[in-house]
Amino acid sequence: MKMALASGGIVVERSRHLRARRMSTLLLGLFLAYTLLPLFYLVVASTKSNQDLFSTFGLWSGSAFALAANLHDLFAYSDGVFARWLVNTFVYASVSALGASLLASAAGYAFAKFAFRGRDAFFAMILGAIMIPQTALVVPIFLLLARQGLTDSPLGIILPSMISPIGVYLMRVYIEQGVDDALLDAARIDGAGEFRIFRSIVFRLIAPGFVTVFLLSFVATWNNYFLPLIVLRSPEYFPLTVGLSAWYQLASAGGGGGKLLFSIVLAGALVSIVPVIIVFLMLQRFWQGGLALGSVK
Amino acid sequence: MNTAASGTLASSPSDRSALTPSPPVRRGRGFGTTLVPYIFLAPFAALFLAFTVAPLVYAFYTSVFRDTLVGGTQFAGFANYLRAFSDLKFWGGIAHLALFGVVQVPIMLGLALAFALVLDRGNVHARSLFRLGFFIPYAVPSVIAALIWGYLYGPVFGPFTQAANWAGLPPPNFLSDGAMLFSLANVVTWEFTGYNMIIYYSALKAIPQDLQEAAIVDGASAWQYARLVQLPLLWPAILLTIIFSINGSLQLFNEPFLMRAIAPQVIGTSYTPNIYAYFLAAANQQYNYAAAISFVLGIVIASVAYLFTVMTNRRGGTAT
Repeated sequence: MKMALASGGIVVERSRHLRARRMSTLLLGLFLAYTLLPLFYLVVASTKSNQDLFSTFGLWSGSAFALAANLHDLFAYSDGVFARWLVNTFVYASVSALGASLLASAAGYAFAKFAFRGRDAFFAMILGAIMIPQTALVVPIFLLLARQGLTDSPLGIILPSMISPIGVYLMRVYIEQGVDDALLDAARIDGAGEFRIFRSIVFRLIAPGFVTVFLLSFVATWNNYFLPLIVLRSPEYFPLTVGLSAWYQLASAGGGGGKLLFSIVLAGALVSIVPVIIVFLMLQRFWQGGLALGSVK
Repeated sequence: MNTAASGTLASSPSDRSALTPSPPVRRGRGFGTTLVPYIFLAPFAALFLAFTVAPLVYAFYTSVFRDTLVGGTQFAGFANYLRAFSDLKFWGGIAHLALFGVVQVPIMLGLALAFALVLDRGNVHARSLFRLGFFIPYAVPSVIAALIWGYLYGPVFGPFTQAANWAGLPPPNFLSDGAMLFSLANVVTWEFTGYNMIIYYSALKAIPQDLQEAAIVDGASAWQYARLVQLPLLWPAILLTIIFSINGSLQLFNEPFLMRAIAPQVIGTSYTPNIYAYFLAAANQQYNYAAAISFVLGIVIASVAYLFTVMTNRRGGTAT
């Protein structure tokens, strides 16, 4: 291979280009290995029996392929409460995301296409709220719910998760750019009501933005931990994150039943990340658009 | 294009646009007086009031009272705040995270920026594989991420311990007092480098192609182009990620809370301010003081973000 390189400047230039390409691919490859290491570990570990977890090397397969047995144990343990957590998480995440994207679309439409008293002040408040991360609100929300006696209720998770200030911002930008005023006016002239216009014209045009906000809220609620941890008490309301971390603490605390839990926790971790990763891979173009919009202020 | 085609009378677009050359945001006249926009806004506004504004107001109200054993709840003015400002547990948590922010945030954002620049230049194999692969951790719940890394760090069956034992070396102790911050920093770096990279990458994609062509014509090297053209244009995105990262660091809860399960001696009940607030509110029911702690944390975060913005703006004004 090296022989060909000596035949002229263009070839030298090309080879330098190729070497740079190989170098950067190698560097990125190293980081990719780092990125994938924990996921690889999780996949390998969840195929092992509890015994193999302790007796075989963590980054390679054990003596028996025990994934099915682990999944069975996972869904059987503690009267099958894991299935309940899975359903809870799915319900919390999809209801919150649907609510968040509907509310953000309607509010974004109001901001984008109407002039009204208090518009700029309220929008400034929403922009300010983008800078408040959800965790900062968790303790205040808990205090308020505790005062109203509303803790330990799924609504205490779902309703706060329906507020997406960044979603309102994204939808406003999206509607300003993507919905033509003339179209709305034409519909008004034809006698369409305001809600009909929103439902059958605006809503169709903003479908991609809607999906972006849905996806971001879905993942945020699916992954949420602090709020359900502090608000919920009864295990039958737990989402996956809270339930699994409780088992993780139990397993790590050791004791009689604790050790048996390791393989169950690992299988549970695998089950809880697979849906989100699939959704992300399938809907790439939507979250990439959302993040890009979010960063251009 | 045909923005002028509007109005209330039906007539041909061309002659009406000549009669009433309406400005683009003229809608307020026709519908602004009606309730329509308020109705569209109402559902969001109601929840926003109930679960963002009201909790903050109520928490502030709570924070100026004091629960006394004998006298019940009493007005305390700013006593809880004075207590928080001299509470070594609270500031100990801030100190952990300050160290965290000074080390972890620059490393994470530096890596994200470098990867985004390399991917944007395109001189690399399997570009979309890297873009996707780096981003995957963001989809993993931080609780699960901390859990997996907890097992990887683990002294019992963690692969690093196993490898060290096999090689006859002393096993690394990732969970010791001195190493814990770095172990946590690693988890957060793992989670968010790809996310930040995608933000930079999208911002780089928005830079017009002819700038690069012009730079090449002028004989700029790749390094000069990155430093003199791309970085200044990227600056708003970078500033945003810095503020979000500092913000996120000071709010750190999930990862250390999970690590507490395997290192309870290292991570106490006030390791970070949010862990402190959690134990005050949920375990000890010291609602008044927990509310005050939350607000002081908010004040610290807002001041850091503000100071940072002011400092960088000033520097941006004088330099270059």
